[in-house]
Amino acid sequence: MIRLVNINKSYNQGATRALSDISFTVGKGELFGLIGPDGAGKTSLFRILTTLLLPDTGTATVAGFDILKDYKRIRESVGYMPGKFSLYQDLTVEENLSFFATIFGTTIEENYDLIKDIYIQIEPFRKRRAGQLSGGMKQKLALSCALIHKPSVLFLDEPTTGVDAVSRTEFWEMLKRLKSQGITILVSTPYMDEASMCDRIALLQNGKIMSLDQPQKIIDAYGAKLFGVKSDKMYKLLTDIRNYPAVGSCNAFGEYLHLTFKNLNPDSTVELLGHLKALGHLHVELKETEPKIEDCFIQLMNPAKVL
Amino acid sequence: MSSPVIYTYNLTKRFGDFVAAKDLSFEVGPGEIFGFLGANGAGKTTAIRMLCGLLVPSAGEATVAGFDVYTEREKIKKNIGYMSQKFSLYEDLTVMENINFYAGIYGLKNKEIKEKSATLLRQLDMEKEANQLVSALPLGWRQKLSFSVAVIHDPHIVFLDEPTGGVDPVTRRQFWDLIYAAAQRGITAFVTTHYMDEAEYCDRISIMVDGVIEALDTPLNLRKKYAANSMDEVFRQLARNAKRSE
Repeated sequence: MIRLVNINKSYNQGATRALSDISFTVGKGELFGLIGPDGAGKTSLFRILTTLLLPDTGTATVAGFDILKDYKRIRESVGYMPGKFSLYQDLTVEENLSFFATIFGTTIEENYDLIKDIYIQIEPFRKRRAGQLSGGMKQKLALSCALIHKPSVLFLDEPTTGVDAVSRTEFWEMLKRLKSQGITILVSTPYMDEASMCDRIALLQNGKIMSLDQPQKIIDAYGAKLFGVKSDKMYKLLTDIRNYPAVGSCNAFGEYLHLTFKNLNPDSTVELLGHLKALGHLHVELKETEPKIEDCFIQLMNPAKVL
Repeated sequence: MSSPVIYTYNLTKRFGDFVAAKDLSFEVGPGEIFGFLGANGAGKTTAIRMLCGLLVPSAGEATVAGFDVYTEREKIKKNIGYMSQKFSLYEDLTVMENINFYAGIYGLKNKEIKEKSATLLRQLDMEKEANQLVSALPLGWRQKLSFSVAVIHDPHIVFLDEPTGGVDPVTRRQFWDLIYAAAQRGITAFVTTHYMDEAEYCDRISIMVDGVIEALDTPLNLRKKYAANSMDEVFRQLARNAKRSE
């Protein structure tokens, strides 16, 4: 449903490289995630695919239509929820929805089934101006407006940024229901823990795809054995472990630090435990742990080092 | 115990019939890293605005850096630092201009500004970049710089409102190094975040639900109390029952 071939985009006469040779395809009914921090190129990619921005070089099709030649057809058949709230603030909830329905030559009633689950939560406020809505409600209205013409492809640029953990989970549940109705979804997020909700993901940094696969396969490709460690003095532990020559990488990961060894051998962990004990750490716990997508991202950001 | 940097007792804010923050009572000590969590709409922003002297409470008591939130709000503003991911530096000013601007805003004298900015540039290893526009800096450097200008006047406390939102995982961790370093110098850090792993890096955490502080303790004690494996689980248990959503 989406196909990109060697897409390049730069700004400021080439001084800022936003996207470098981006190629991938997204299948019908697939939930595909673009995972990366601010400035990785996520929004540029969305704007190119929704025909709002021209690439410097490269080609792309969406729902079988070329982004240059058939841009009007693309605009008819996709839904786009930009990262920045872009509905009419001085129209009511209902007016916004019926406006978007009308623009696309349909009615709220015709495709109500598709948005029902989402819209029902903001329907009590249908007479309220969009500008007066809370962040969570704005998000639901924007998604409803993006869906009202029953698009075949849905583009969601950072729909969960700034949203709390519980509401984020609810949002992903909504996306899974839309996917089950055959809608292809391209979604971006800076939250690495959301990667597991996608069928496939691309890890994006500085305009380049560092890795692209199913989340579990990216985790399987981590390569190094990863350990979680904690003690009674966590900040000191981080410094002490980073200064320990046999350690390859060490990063804070919530309750534990995640670390890898440079040359792992059967004595590595015992030696480290002895070293930490000598430095005065108490209640030290060290265990092997499965990498998370964020571990993979950090490793890929530093390919030179065994991070 | 030395006197708390934040003290609140039954601090409450009403907007008409709506109670945005209800009976908040807690203390935060010097050099403490205090995580202030809550679902969207739980009342975090209202609480922070009261503590920063931007909003007059409806009831209750509070002092920040020793100053009263009703009568000494201007003094509070001068004695705290504030940084958020959304608003930090002026991108179309240079590194030096940003430093001078913030130092001036915080009332430092010209001589102090000169000394401070020289020291700061040296500490950040950014002497060569002094005359570059902030927009040209890599994200990690910008983060360091914005944190440093937020504490350029040596405040007792710095409020960090989602300081790491949208930041790459390496830079996010480097930022926490800065928070720890500031805490070691005795600066209290009051942090909000949607990254639950970051909650673990705080000395203590409070979790707000529907305008009240539902839980307040060390990460370890909270995990024990709610029989949870992670702060994410603790947060979900508490926030799941929230009735408000902003």
